Amino acid sequence: MTLLEAVLRAVAALAAFLVLPLLVGQAEHKVMAHMQGRLGPMYAGGFHGWAQLVADGVKFLQKEDITPRAADRWVFRLAPAVALVPYLVALATVPVHPGVAAVDVPGSLVLVLAATSVGALGTLMAGWSSANKYSLIGGLRAAAQLVSYELPIVLALASIALAGGSLSLVVLADRWTPLWLLWQLPGAVVFLVAAVAELQRPPFDMPVADAELVMGAWTEYTGLRFAFFLLSEYAGIVVMSLLFSVLWLGGWHGPLPDALGWLWTLLKGFAVALVVIWVRVAWPRLREDQLQRLAWLWLVPLALLQLLLTGAGVVLGW
Amino acid sequence: MTALDTAFAASAVLAVLGGLFAVTTRHVVHAALWLVVALLGVAGSLLVLGAELVALVLVLVYVGAVVVLVLFALMLTRAPIGPDRAHAVGPWRAVGAALLGLATAGLLASVLVPLADGTVRRSDVATTQVAGQLFGTWVWPFELLSLLLLAALVGALAVARGSRDAAGPEATS
Repeated sequence: MTLLEAVLRAVAALAAFLVLPLLVGQAEHKVMAHMQGRLGPMYAGGFHGWAQLVADGVKFLQKEDITPRAADRWVFRLAPAVALVPYLVALATVPVHPGVAAVDVPGSLVLVLAATSVGALGTLMAGWSSANKYSLIGGLRAAAQLVSYELPIVLALASIALAGGSLSLVVLADRWTPLWLLWQLPGAVVFLVAAVAELQRPPFDMPVADAELVMGAWTEYTGLRFAFFLLSEYAGIVVMSLLFSVLWLGGWHGPLPDALGWLWTLLKGFAVALVVIWVRVAWPRLREDQLQRLAWLWLVPLALLQLLLTGAGVVLGW
Repeated sequence: MTALDTAFAASAVLAVLGGLFAVTTRHVVHAALWLVVALLGVAGSLLVLGAELVALVLVLVYVGAVVVLVLFALMLTRAPIGPDRAHAVGPWRAVGAALLGLATAGLLASVLVPLADGTVRRSDVATTQVAGQLFGTWVWPFELLSLLLLAALVGALAVARGSRDAAGPEATS
């Protein structure tokens, strides 16, 4: 790989990282509004408020960046970066077209998992370093939730890796057949539920429950650092949706000619992101004990069952 | 010095510095966070050495789960912002710990430095080879280890719930 190619790949990954979360964010504004019988933002930019998130970004830029006096300065300031950067790494490894990923490594599945698990540290650092009881409780709840839901995600992805016989996302998507839609269905459900919980999105937003904890671990953040936390949430939706579309929905497999594979991947990913938004509108927040019960009594056994099914399928040569 | 050597040296320095700060800092949460830096340094070294899977699993399990659990436990009990003077140790224990650390480092160096003349070749170990060894040759020790972990888990549960006789009537429900 020449230097030019490396720079081009990095720039492409960065561009996707900056554009796709904004698209999902804008879609959330409008889709959620229409599901609730509202219009959503209508003024910024003229046509149906398309520039609302750009305006939000400008607003965040102008706000003062405050570090509370009692806070642990360095940890407090570093936390948004720790939350954001791992998702950039994860997004760079997700393939969108046959053989096309910004970073193509043999173990990209494990790399995505490792990167997203590091991102969780950002929330904990923010919760502890803010010197605020709401932040601390938010951080505690986030930690409990992330530990519980990491396991179903790993098990569901292990089942896919077993079915495809590889740890590379590119190879796994290539070996996908429509049969997987049925065969890997329990794992798909487990992954989707656990991914929404991992992102701490409603109905799994106990760590940021705004009626109880103000904004959870992000309570003390202002301006650009707060925006980085928001961006990391939407980047997380993008990463999880693309991962789901590549692994469970076949990525670039579709009826159109092969040259349009990237379009299929993005369309499927966007559809999954819409489901994530829909789930937010449709369900009320789960209580902390219900959260843990769902993870340990439903998702983990279901994922283990899926693993058993996949193992049987691989051994029998389905 | 090749690019790989430079990358290895950088990761190793990161790991050593992270480890040093983790044991010398007076802030208990900072110690856990420096541990993350040290673990990432070790993972980087493993990555350079070609053990990709081990490096990534190290990050996934130790940074993603173990350090998160450590932080959870710290936040659940007592993790003050600012230095923790209550658990400061006397000078003798500090000197003793430093000596022990230096002795271990010296022992490791005396074994490893003679190997640094290039006689040991760096070999790429594919994930399939690791899997073949782990689930073929070493499958029984592996299963025994997981059984041990399961027993520890059940034991922890038993200890946490307490015995019915020892606890009062309110604990039996």
